Amino acid sequence: MGAQKKGATARVSEDQEELARNPLQAILLADSFATTFRPITLERPKVLLPLVNIPMIDYTLAWLESAGVEEVFVFCCAHSKQVIDYLESSQWSSQPNFSVTTIESHNSISAGDALRLIYERNVIHGDFVLISGDTVSNMSLTQVLQEHKERRKKDANAIMTMVIKKSKPSPITQQSRLGTDELFMAINPVTKQLLCYEDKAEHSKGFISLDKTLIADNPSIILHNDKQDCYIDVCSQEVLSLFTDNFDYQHLRRHFVKGLLVDDIMGYKIFTHEIHSSYAARIDNFRSYDTISKDIIQRWTYPFVPDILCGSSAIKVERQGAYRASDVTLSRSAHIGSFTFIGQGTKIGNDTKISHSVVGEGCTIGSNVTIEGSYIWNNVTIEDGCQLRHAIVCDGVIMRSGAVLQPGVILSFKVVVGQQFVVPAYSKVSLLQQPTQQDSDEELEYADNTSGTGELRSDKLNGDIATDLSETAYELGTGGVGYIWSVFEGAQDEEWKHSVAPIPTDKLVKLMLDKDEDEEQLTQDGNVLSASGELKADSDDNGSEDDDNADSRDDYGFFEKEVEATFLRAVHENVKVDHAVLEVNALRLSYNMASVDCAGAIFYSMMKLAVESPHHSASELHRNAADIITKWQKLLKSFLHDIDEEIEVILKFEEMCLESAKEFAALFPQILHLLYDKEILQEDAILRWADEKEGADESDKVFLKSSEKFVQWLKEAEEEDEDD
Amino acid sequence: MDFQVVVLAGGNSKNLTPLISKDVPKPLLSVANRPLLYYVLHQLRQSNLKDLIVVVEGEDAALHVGSWISKTFVDGLHVEIAAVPEDIGTAGALRAISHHLTAKDILVVSGDLVSDVPPGAVAATHRRHDAAVTAMLCSVPVSGSLESGSSGGKDKTKKPGRYNIIGLDPCKQFLLHIATGSEIEKDSRLQKHILHAVGQMEIRSDLMDAHMYAFKRTVLQEVLDQKDTFRSLKQDVVPYLVRSQLKSEALLNGISQAEENGNEKLSSPNNQVLDSKILANASTPSFHELYSMEMEPDDSAQTRKTHKCCAYIASSSSYCVRLNSIQAFMDINRDVTGDADHLLSDTSSDCDNIIGPSPKLGSKTTVGPHCMLGEGSEMGDKCQVKRSVIGRHCRIGSHVKIVNSVVMNHVTIGDGCIIQGSVVCSNVQLQERVVLKDCLVGAGFVVTMGEYKGESLARKEK
Repeated sequence: MGAQKKGATARVSEDQEELARNPLQAILLADSFATTFRPITLERPKVLLPLVNIPMIDYTLAWLESAGVEEVFVFCCAHSKQVIDYLESSQWSSQPNFSVTTIESHNSISAGDALRLIYERNVIHGDFVLISGDTVSNMSLTQVLQEHKERRKKDANAIMTMVIKKSKPSPITQQSRLGTDELFMAINPVTKQLLCYEDKAEHSKGFISLDKTLIADNPSIILHNDKQDCYIDVCSQEVLSLFTDNFDYQHLRRHFVKGLLVDDIMGYKIFTHEIHSSYAARIDNFRSYDTISKDIIQRWTYPFVPDILCGSSAIKVERQGAYRASDVTLSRSAHIGSFTFIGQGTKIGNDTKISHSVVGEGCTIGSNVTIEGSYIWNNVTIEDGCQLRHAIVCDGVIMRSGAVLQPGVILSFKVVVGQQFVVPAYSKVSLLQQPTQQDSDEELEYADNTSGTGELRSDKLNGDIATDLSETAYELGTGGVGYIWSVFEGAQDEEWKHSVAPIPTDKLVKLMLDKDEDEEQLTQDGNVLSASGELKADSDDNGSEDDDNADSRDDYGFFEKEVEATFLRAVHENVKVDHAVLEVNALRLSYNMASVDCAGAIFYSMMKLAVESPHHSASELHRNAADIITKWQKLLKSFLHDIDEEIEVILKFEEMCLESAKEFAALFPQILHLLYDKEILQEDAILRWADEKEGADESDKVFLKSSEKFVQWLKEAEEEDEDD
Repeated sequence: MDFQVVVLAGGNSKNLTPLISKDVPKPLLSVANRPLLYYVLHQLRQSNLKDLIVVVEGEDAALHVGSWISKTFVDGLHVEIAAVPEDIGTAGALRAISHHLTAKDILVVSGDLVSDVPPGAVAATHRRHDAAVTAMLCSVPVSGSLESGSSGGKDKTKKPGRYNIIGLDPCKQFLLHIATGSEIEKDSRLQKHILHAVGQMEIRSDLMDAHMYAFKRTVLQEVLDQKDTFRSLKQDVVPYLVRSQLKSEALLNGISQAEENGNEKLSSPNNQVLDSKILANASTPSFHELYSMEMEPDDSAQTRKTHKCCAYIASSSSYCVRLNSIQAFMDINRDVTGDADHLLSDTSSDCDNIIGPSPKLGSKTTVGPHCMLGEGSEMGDKCQVKRSVIGRHCRIGSHVKIVNSVVMNHVTIGDGCIIQGSVVCSNVQLQERVVLKDCLVGAGFVVTMGEYKGESLARKEK
């Protein structure tokens, strides 16, 4: 990595005149505008949370510095004071050739707002790197910057280059090892242009849709399911002005990227750059916190690992990835397992076992404690006999003897867990009460109000902890302090997904079963879909030509199904006739059908319902049909404007009697009579139908014959009328 | 090779009237002076695939085709002719002859394919992967004449047409998605579970399904049996197999891939174990095996059944066109006499040189390059032939100009005729000073003096 650093600086000197004008700039968003790290983020900004004992933002800044960035604008919003104070006191304020400037805002609620504010400040003068303060990476920016610049020279619309990395999501949970949802990206393999970005793909749908124009424009597209978005973007200045132009853009990906991809008027393009050997990941949720911590301990992020970042020789790396600060007080019988970090000034008692965990500075851990896969921050007191599995324990927490943390527990700052108390799995415990009004859009953290109220409350809490203690004592056992946050509705099922704890086996089993079921359905769906293909007349070997007739027939099939569904809904939910008429009309318009088709389809649905409702004899069936026709005649009539449509109904009925509902065959004349009585069919229609059928084949005249008497009667009646 | 070949030589395509008729069924349509079917059979013979069933629609056509095959391919090919009713589709045709199929694998070729892609290579790919189906894909042909000839000049700027949308795995070995017909005009719907299993899918719209498939016989027969609504191989059977490749229905018998590989079942569906197992196997050639390994969590012993759908992608330099339109007919005639003339260089019994053995050319008559002149044809004085095919025993008068055209056998052309971009079928008589531009003249028609443009002239069939 030293070499890489030199490489970057060498390049800086190469393009000196260019860079003299434009030092490489970066925008670092020190606010994730999300709530995934609550309750911890109510008290401390996410970027300052320790990641293997070092605040996240330090990883990001150290990487930016090494990658040749010279000017960083840190945008702080939630807890901006804390971020600014930290940066001022840290090494970053006094680096040569690396300036860190903070931009403070109190009313930004999204990345979009942040970028709009930065645009107003007018501090960005060229291409810049856009990242958030929770990114850990060791990639070299040289290549991606160069690619970006070259593309820009050729095409001014290439305004952004996204960094991606291969990472195949788990086949069972469909989430990446960072706990993010699966992501589908369509990329042109030659130009690397991003064509489609789908991160919130509906799980219920078994397929991904690609727009036909994309396929028309690109002879070859690679659709990726195995790539991870690193949230490292090289952007041109236009990106900022685009955010200003589109004031409704909030989220970088969901609004901005998708917005650009959909918008073909401006023609802005986004490209991707895949990294292969270097590391890049963003801490998006507790699971990625866990994963990335482990990656750091296993030195995938070298040189950004604790022993080097700390600079001093205070931390030694021992065998099997055990990191130990110099002045740890360790009992002889304590057992420190592999991939574990123990911070400075920590005391560990007898027979305590710690593995795959991070223990911060100044902690006191008693005897017979078991710590597994957990993250214990600074100045935590854990008394004898406690057990911690896959938990995050923040600064100043006290665990009384015998307390147990089940997997996935988060203990926020200064929480006290009472003796022998078992904190149930996935609990989030904080001294602060859960904010009562949950915003409907949970993605957006209204940073201003949370930071304000958060601080306020903690002040109050610090003031009179005694009163709170009595209130909450029973929540965390005797002597415990803190509120267990209730998981709000809907998220309950999802809790395990983003937790630090590995996904429990029973969940996996359930998921796999669900998935199989889904697929079962899927294959069936597929068959339904392809029915169109199956029905399609294939007039000869040269089947590639479309048959318009077949197509419209399919359409009619779909239309009929939709109408049937609408009708059934109307029946079951007692929808008013007028509404049903409206719905059918809407369907008619969307499928581009005539009202003749509506009449046919509605009649079909009615008759089908009659057949499907329970009946034992022909007369019962007749009664069913009569009931339905009586009840819904108005619906049917509203589509029977002229004789042609009425004839269509008769023809449809004939067709049904022959094919789908043969039971009606015997009842044909009766139903016909019924329809006549209900004034659904006029006699003209019936007579015309009879006339038309007169010339048909014998086989086609079955129903005409069966209703001969009725027709005869009609004719006579008509003649009588005429006589009158 | 235990391969049986089915040549689907049916289809009295309406697109090709008036070139084909009752007397000239499509397989016998003359392309560069030899029947269309010859090209396929010749390639099969070259690949040493000799066990053939030629399926023809209608008894009459079967007789015609049969007699031609027995004349031409007396040696070397074992050909059975099967007649099937008309209009039952390609799947229907296969269903009708299903009981004749006995070999382990079946190669199905369309009879109107003019290609230099060796069918043997497709068969070999199929065998190598032990696939359920292998489809041959080729680059989309560039339609229209290359020169700004009278035909096709207007759409010079158009993009190559799209015939299929095809999804391939990163190694371009497996077929993951196929869309044909009207589906390609809609937004593509790609199945997620296949994508999950493979990770990435390349979607190509510049490939064409050339209608040459290798099937595992058992699979083909079961699908044809079970899905009696399937009419077309291209639009129903192949898409169905591709769609269900990871969810092979039990009916596609055979041993599941996992068992074949001797993979042990994983008793605990621990994520890490699975992951590591999958990672450890990352070098296994097929994602199908990986997928089938993801075990059912409860101990139901059932593993996932998968079958492989492979693709054989012809190199972009190879020639592969289906004759299914007049335009394709013109293109093929042009190409076979021009760029793709290697399709003709062989030792067949009815071999033609580019210019037949005994032409009688009048004085100052020129025959340009990329032309073909059948044996026994005579031409008068001061004729010009450019980029055209002229059949056998034609009598052509003086001052005749033939450009970008196809003239079949036994055609009489009077003095001073000009033929451009047209097809003149056998036994046609053109009287003096006929001018044909972009015309189709059906067999046996007599064209009187005059100028014709873009017309289709044919006798009324009774």
